[in-house]
Amino acid sequence: MLTENILTLTIFFPLLGFAVLLFVSRERASMIKLIGLITTLITFGLSLVLYFGFDDQAAGFQFQHQQVWIAGLNISYFVGIDGMALLLIVLTTFLTPLALLGTWESITHRIKEYTLMILLLEVGMIGVFAALDLFLFYVFWELILIPMYFIIGVWGGKDRIYAAVKFFLFTLFGSLLMLVAILALGYLASQYPGGQFTMNLLELYGIGPRLPAVLQGWLFAAFALSFAIKVPLFPFHTWLPDAHVQAPTAGSVILAGVLLKMGTYGFIRFCLPLFPTASVSFMPSISVLAIIGILYGALVAMVQTDIKKLVAYSSVSHLGFVVLGIFSMTEEGMQGAIIQMVNHGLSTGALFLIVGMIYDRAHTRMITDFGGVAKVMPVFATIFMIVSFSSIGLPGLNGFVGEFLILLGAFKSKFLNSYSYAAFSALGVILAAVYMLWSYQRVMLGPVREGGLYGGHTLSDLSVREIVTYVPIILFIVWIGVYPSTFLSKSAQTTKQVVRIMEDTQRGSKTGTAEVIERQTVRSSNQLIPEQ
Amino acid sequence: MENNYLADLWNSSPIVCVVLTGLVLLLVESVRRGSGRLSYAVSLVGLASAGVLIVAVGDVAQPAFNNMIVQGPYAQFFTVIFLVTGILTILLSRGYLDRQGIHRSEYYLLVVFAISGMMLLAYAMDLIVVFLGIELMSICLYILAGFMRTRGTSMEAALKYFLLGAFATGFLLYGIALIYGSTGTTNLEQIAKSFAEHSASPMFLVGVSFLLVAFAFKVAAVPFHMWAPDVYEGAPTMVTAFMSTGVKAAGFAAFVAVFMRSFQYAGSPVNDVLAAIAAASMIIGNVTALAQVNLKRMLAYSSVAHAGYILVGLAAGNADGFMGILFYLVAYVVVNVGAFGILSLVEDSNGQKLSYDDYAGFSAQRPFLAALMSIFMFSLAGIPPFAGFFGKYYVFLAAVKADMIWLAVLGVLTSLVSVYYYLRLVILMYFREGSGDVAVRPTWAAMLSIGFAAYLVIQFGIFPSIVVDAALKVF
Repeated sequence: MLTENILTLTIFFPLLGFAVLLFVSRERASMIKLIGLITTLITFGLSLVLYFGFDDQAAGFQFQHQQVWIAGLNISYFVGIDGMALLLIVLTTFLTPLALLGTWESITHRIKEYTLMILLLEVGMIGVFAALDLFLFYVFWELILIPMYFIIGVWGGKDRIYAAVKFFLFTLFGSLLMLVAILALGYLASQYPGGQFTMNLLELYGIGPRLPAVLQGWLFAAFALSFAIKVPLFPFHTWLPDAHVQAPTAGSVILAGVLLKMGTYGFIRFCLPLFPTASVSFMPSISVLAIIGILYGALVAMVQTDIKKLVAYSSVSHLGFVVLGIFSMTEEGMQGAIIQMVNHGLSTGALFLIVGMIYDRAHTRMITDFGGVAKVMPVFATIFMIVSFSSIGLPGLNGFVGEFLILLGAFKSKFLNSYSYAAFSALGVILAAVYMLWSYQRVMLGPVREGGLYGGHTLSDLSVREIVTYVPIILFIVWIGVYPSTFLSKSAQTTKQVVRIMEDTQRGSKTGTAEVIERQTVRSSNQLIPEQ
Repeated sequence: MENNYLADLWNSSPIVCVVLTGLVLLLVESVRRGSGRLSYAVSLVGLASAGVLIVAVGDVAQPAFNNMIVQGPYAQFFTVIFLVTGILTILLSRGYLDRQGIHRSEYYLLVVFAISGMMLLAYAMDLIVVFLGIELMSICLYILAGFMRTRGTSMEAALKYFLLGAFATGFLLYGIALIYGSTGTTNLEQIAKSFAEHSASPMFLVGVSFLLVAFAFKVAAVPFHMWAPDVYEGAPTMVTAFMSTGVKAAGFAAFVAVFMRSFQYAGSPVNDVLAAIAAASMIIGNVTALAQVNLKRMLAYSSVAHAGYILVGLAAGNADGFMGILFYLVAYVVVNVGAFGILSLVEDSNGQKLSYDDYAGFSAQRPFLAALMSIFMFSLAGIPPFAGFFGKYYVFLAAVKADMIWLAVLGVLTSLVSVYYYLRLVILMYFREGSGDVAVRPTWAAMLSIGFAAYLVIQFGIFPSIVVDAALKVF
């Protein structure tokens, strides 16, 4: 009973806080914040129940819960998680309370609506990672747009409206085409003997790979476009700097920490296993785009004068690594990609908090306005240092693990079949060190500004509340860096299965017999369905 | 024979009830002149009792009056839409009419008679009844459009609607005549049986295309949509609400009854024509709506676009298309009643405060109404989890199943365009500061109706099964 409903409970628990908040007067700001924080903390607690109840060794989806939703159309409320989804859900529930806590005093107007939106956003994010019915997935996927749109548009910076609309239209463009592809896929399922229109992902895993290559290509393209915009993959990234820079701190933290991962998650969950043949044929072009993203993001980050923009472009670069890892289609690469999603959530989330905190104090984000901050804010300087190192990928911290695995995967990948991918992307690691360290140096080191004034304000070091926000993040940064197996073991089964599907497909296409593909994919798709 | 008449009366009792309500309203008008309040109450009671009757009659298909009308799930489904629209419109109208200084009892009379005409369309089993229903409905609406008789725009709207509407009626009648000429019958069932053998005859095809013109005019589909923006803008706001919801649903009730249930046009050129009309409506409606300043005009073009989406279901011509149309109509109708309801609350007594800019900072002054308006806008744009999304999902599914992927792709792309102008209102309400001089004095009835509409939008969006199951029964 509990195991069946615990996942559903986790997804919708924030709605309980949402409902309670509706009845709290908007005047009682601290009460509202507290309710928001407590709700997200309990949600985190619930996700921990999932975490500890999760069986690393078992293949397939756990905590499954299925309920007929729209019987006439074969749509069901169907959720379940594997290791990858588990990690991302825990990341979501972990970052959301921290985002609220880290921006406790930055939001000054319409606090009630703000908290409502964050809670709604959390429902959508957890739902995306848990949905096993394509219709349900799409609903959660789109549900995120509305709160994020308001978060950017109402509480954002100067050009917030432009950024909010751009964010909304860009993401919607991708997802609408995905909707048509979802419909087409469901319809194609009904064309097989004995088949029927279905939105059930586990059933579709058996259908997608059997489709002819051209059809797979179209469907793959529609799905991939939607995910590529979300990731964002070069050249679909232009909404990201605007949205990140204009969004309030908590918005940026969640946007970078979780929302971008929905794209990379989508690649692993849908694109690869549903359309393996197409994935293999699209692989070179997507990998090249990923590498362009890695280098372009890093180079553009280097010349930014606004710290927040710098962090935003660094996301483009980091996410390029994740995509490369996924499309290396090796276990190492994919494991690295999944752990790197978590890493990026932690380190970039923390970086956005850092930018937010310094902006709250100095009311400027221009690098040239700073210098010598380390002497004024020593605790802050230490934290910034650790997080920067994590972002660069210093051995012993989390970033290293992810990047190392991804590069290893790209290096030995049979699919990429060339060392140049790994070589070029390794350049990105060096560039990351350049832009992070250089900006750190310009902001934190050097002589203190005249009179200790930054943007006309004196800076005070972090408060206890702010330090408390960083402690758990840094804990995990070190933990993943030193002993990543805790987390890698969770996602091992997911990657194994996806990689097996990909390898079977390649073997099938090399021997040139369609039947081989068919037999093997049916086999591997059966393996995705756990024994009841 | 006598027994039969009783059964016929019972089967048609919801229509009879609404017509009787209209007659009672006429008497009320002659006894207590200008008493708006009594008429208001009588019309609500009358429509509610019709609602009770429609449930009591049951959903077993029963022809009545020599197969002129048929009572059954189809009629029931649409009648519920019309009655709910009517009741919500009347609830919202009273306060609005008071504010505009045109609160007179004829208003309710005309609305009730228009609803009886709509119901005839849902019950129709014969082209003559279709004609009667359309005329009964339209004549009431010509008058309603000009109800604000001191205002030039309202007069212009009425005249334009009347002249063009009369023209469309001509097409309808001529089409019926041609079809009768080639098949020898006006009964839809018999036409359906002999469709195959007549489908090649030019006279028959011309008749069908004339009917197509008439219906496309009534539902405001491109290229017969020209009247919509001016009439929507000029007519009193609650009349516009009624036009864009009830009348559109009624138009589609007839459209679907004649084309989908009677003409089995799958695979014929009619299919392509419908697809073309759908595509043109989606493109022109959405793109033109982008350029609007006045919200009533914006909603007029948006309603052209939505007619296009519904026609996607008609063009697909399959079971999913049929049910998609039914669901889409329900979603569209509740959203539009709510959205126009809010417009009618904000509009001042000079017919101003209807442009986008008047809503700047609305959320700070009226947070609840602004939130509801946003829900309506998101639903119109087809964003989940609101009802509008599921409507679009359903019709696009139908298009995909009918091998019309291009139509589905066009549909999603144009709805991307539509997001821009729907969100513009949300932007103004939430992201901008306003001058703060929007005086809104909603009545309880108005707030309840708008709240109820918003509730339905969310309810049907998250749990669409209720409507889907009802639609399945119709099929």
